[in-house]
Amino acid sequence: MREIKSASITEAVRQMAMEAACDLEPDILEALLKARDRESSTLAGDVLELLLINADIASREKIPVCQDTGVAVVFVSLGQDVRIVGDFMAAIQEGVRLGYDGGYLRKSVCDPITRVNTGTNTPAVIHVDLVEGDRLHISILPKGCGSENMSGLTMLPPSAGLEGVKDYVVDLVVKAGPNPCPPVIVGVGMGGTFEKAALLAKKSLLRPLGQPSYREDVARLEQEILERINGDGRGVHGLGGNNTSLGVHIELFPAHIASLPVAVNIQCHAHRYKEIDL
Amino acid sequence: MSMLRSRPDFFDRLKKVTLPFNDRILETLRAGDLISLSGTLFTGRDQTHRLLFELLDQGKELPVDLKGQLLYYVGPSPARPGRVIGAAGPTTSYRMDVYTPRLLDLGLKATMGKGTRSFEVRESMKKNSAIYLATFGGAGAFLSKCIVEAELIAFPDAGPEALFRFTVKNFPAVVINDVTGRDYYQEIASASSL
Repeated sequence: MREIKSASITEAVRQMAMEAACDLEPDILEALLKARDRESSTLAGDVLELLLINADIASREKIPVCQDTGVAVVFVSLGQDVRIVGDFMAAIQEGVRLGYDGGYLRKSVCDPITRVNTGTNTPAVIHVDLVEGDRLHISILPKGCGSENMSGLTMLPPSAGLEGVKDYVVDLVVKAGPNPCPPVIVGVGMGGTFEKAALLAKKSLLRPLGQPSYREDVARLEQEILERINGDGRGVHGLGGNNTSLGVHIELFPAHIASLPVAVNIQCHAHRYKEIDL
Repeated sequence: MSMLRSRPDFFDRLKKVTLPFNDRILETLRAGDLISLSGTLFTGRDQTHRLLFELLDQGKELPVDLKGQLLYYVGPSPARPGRVIGAAGPTTSYRMDVYTPRLLDLGLKATMGKGTRSFEVRESMKKNSAIYLATFGGAGAFLSKCIVEAELIAFPDAGPEALFRFTVKNFPAVVINDVTGRDYYQEIASASSL
């Protein structure tokens, strides 16, 4: 048994919340640079340049990349040989509260009926997987809702097949147009059940951008969907060009013989996340 | 990031526009024009609109006169000490569609956010000779530098959804809907391959 104090979890989450808002990861910067260099539209190329300049200002001056610093979505892999000293879930929530307060981040969480802001950006949405070993891995994905609102889920009949999946994903992203801040990252969950597909779609966003699926057939599917989306021509911010999406990530889970759930979680170009091993 | 320029090339091509608009300028702007805004505007998003409409429904006066003004859909992040404002890019505009026609009827001349507007809003813009601008989503840090003053005007309890008056300088935007009824997003979409 390895002991981890809840206070060190709070501190790690606080740090990550603050850093995620202002510092884009190298993979997303690389993807934006590549997009700029292959952009077919002058206006869209200028906008991509603006986004890179924005990322640079954000990182140097500690201004959030985007004012929507999101709902904090936290993914945890907890080794079964770890013993947490203190209240684990409360420690994560406290880290989010402190990070959003100390980092001058926007508090965007409210009661769904009264719409009264909780004032702390908590509660965070926390997903915990229990795994083998004595490691604790925490990822934080501050999820903006301009893109979240454009997400969707469908329960296709198995007869719809891969063509049905492709059509659903492409149509959803294209119809979202400029609303979710393209170039978007498209997270797809295929299979499982209603809630499993949605969770897989969100989780797929944690995969390093540009890294294809480990399964060759799925990697081909990702590439094909990406090409169809980018061939549509709506482009960066809906202003035209060939960069509507920076990448498509698909995660799978076996489905019921009667079912083909497909969930699509759309992520904006301001794709912010951090992770840590404790 | 050494290959970055200090600002995109298109800044040299922006048409300079002063706020609040005068009608003559407004009528010359066309869908697809890149403009640079300097002057004052008001801000508001979901809860701001709800609160404004509560006042209207009670027959009360609004905290600001929207006649001839630009309303920017933004919920900024808090300012660090010594700064004017935090990140302040646009939020998605369609959520305000249900409110916009009534505000345009009251004399609001322009709205600014990101993303598409409803048929009803587009028709109301035509009727009222009003326009819609998009600025750059996910460029909140850059855009915060174009805001030289931010004054809290109303609804402080709404936090990021309070109503502010911003003074902006060289704030970039694209004209999406102009007074002739053109829609730049639709023009791009209908030229696309699907």
